[in-house]
Amino acid sequence: MSTTIIAGAAHDKKTAVAMSRRRRNLGRVVDTLCVLATLFGLFLLASILAILLWRGLGGLRLSVFTMSTSSPGTPGGLLNAIVGTLIQAGLGTLFGTPIGLLVGTYLSEYGRTSKLGNAARFVSDILLSAPSILIGLFVYLILVVPAGGYSGWAGSVALAMIVIPIVVRTTEDMLRLVPTALREAAVALGAPKWKAITKICYRAALDGIATGILLAIARVAGETAPLLFTSLGNLNWSADLTQPMASLPVTIYNYTTSAFDDWIQLGWVGALLITFGVLSLNILARVVLRKRN
Amino acid sequence: MSTTMSDQKIGESAASTGSPEVALRLSIRNLDFFYGANKALKSINLDQPERKVTGMIGPSGCGKSTLLRVLNRMYDLYPGQRAVGEVMFDGENILDKGIDINVLRSRIGMVFQKPTPFPMSIADNIAFGVKLHEKLSKAEMAERVEWALTKAALWGEVKDRLNTNAAGLSGGQQQRLCIARTIATKPEVILLDEPTSALDPISTLKVEELIDELKREFTIAIVTHNMQQAARCADQVAFFYIGEMVEVGPATQIFTAPRQKRTQDYVTGRFG
Repeated sequence: MSTTIIAGAAHDKKTAVAMSRRRRNLGRVVDTLCVLATLFGLFLLASILAILLWRGLGGLRLSVFTMSTSSPGTPGGLLNAIVGTLIQAGLGTLFGTPIGLLVGTYLSEYGRTSKLGNAARFVSDILLSAPSILIGLFVYLILVVPAGGYSGWAGSVALAMIVIPIVVRTTEDMLRLVPTALREAAVALGAPKWKAITKICYRAALDGIATGILLAIARVAGETAPLLFTSLGNLNWSADLTQPMASLPVTIYNYTTSAFDDWIQLGWVGALLITFGVLSLNILARVVLRKRN
Repeated sequence: MSTTMSDQKIGESAASTGSPEVALRLSIRNLDFFYGANKALKSINLDQPERKVTGMIGPSGCGKSTLLRVLNRMYDLYPGQRAVGEVMFDGENILDKGIDINVLRSRIGMVFQKPTPFPMSIADNIAFGVKLHEKLSKAEMAERVEWALTKAALWGEVKDRLNTNAAGLSGGQQQRLCIARTIATKPEVILLDEPTSALDPISTLKVEELIDELKREFTIAIVTHNMQQAARCADQVAFFYIGEMVEVGPATQIFTAPRQKRTQDYVTGRFG
């Protein structure tokens, strides 16, 4: 009987070694594929940055920040577009963030399983992945047509509609990560629910929520489609929100598709500026998140 | 053993602890508790004498933590959970709708299984609960923080870093901070839900010594899985089994001469 066991063990060991070797080889293949895929992704990103630097750096001079866009052949810059993007992305964030925070709080703390909560979460998720040109068209219909013209306000509202679902999602996700025990501990001291949320949960989730807001700013700063039908773009300097307003993405779109070399050059500079602006915001978001961990 | 018989015994034992010379802080009468349609506590009767430690023991899922969470209406947070019966505290039934549960929770504090420091400084952790119920000057608050930390035997360890984040404390220190935070609102009753199950033996010892100290001023109810802990800390011990309170009595009697066979089986380690 003991011989059978030994024979059986020997057989099993051989199979085990073979299986182990197969697993190890398969592991190596998958490892290699992962590394290749990563390198490919990094290559794409690096080549975008490289071409932006190559084409954009040449046109980067002080006048880009001090002069507004002008007719082809005359000296001009991107001041109106930069300011327009700062104003519209800033206002969009200002309008969108509080709404997003409140909805996210409702979804995580009050309506987690309610019908209204589920419906709001569903709609917000759809909005998150909706083509941004649709948001532009929607705001065109509800604001631009009744007001009788394109305006910076309409552009800001369109961007706010993009900010809202991003902030909703990150706020809800981050608040859900706050342990129930922490909420119960606050409530057990006699804190009403709203105080437990505002004083404890927000504080515990602060870094994550802030990261979400930064990413939302980065997203809307680079949006073109929602602005085409709302703030339209403006070749002249204007900080008047009731008038059409320039923005970097729309200017890039107009300039790079034009037939004039100096406009195309400025288009590349604009692309360089917006890309590095967005990159900086993303890096800032990462740093904030890392500090938390 | 029939249910009616054990019910009768529960009634007797509850009555026997309520002897006239001891003041009662909490009296639980005919308490049923439901998670949705599931009845988790079945007509519980239990008295908690003032400035004594009541230990609640029993296997997992027996309802002891559920009972603790009834005593400060913690279950109110969750729709679908409800309690029926009577829990008398200071002449009022705390299960009544009209009770201000925030005030109730400041009078019946609770400490949880895992330490739950708030993401703020040590001093702010203590001040959080106090600020909810009292308006104190800065000096008075500092005094209260020191008082609570001293009571929780933590002052000496943290007095030089009151403004640093509480997350930097060790697990045992965090748990004593949570106890200090609860004491700071000057409650009359403190509920401890397995307060040492996440702690190492030395921290556990410190918390147990603390419980001994605290019962001079506070009425304490402690849920524990550790029978030695119940024996060391509790004046009276209640044994729970599948939603029923099987037996309650002085700690020595429960551990050396239990009246019920189920109690005996549990305390001798035959099940649980």
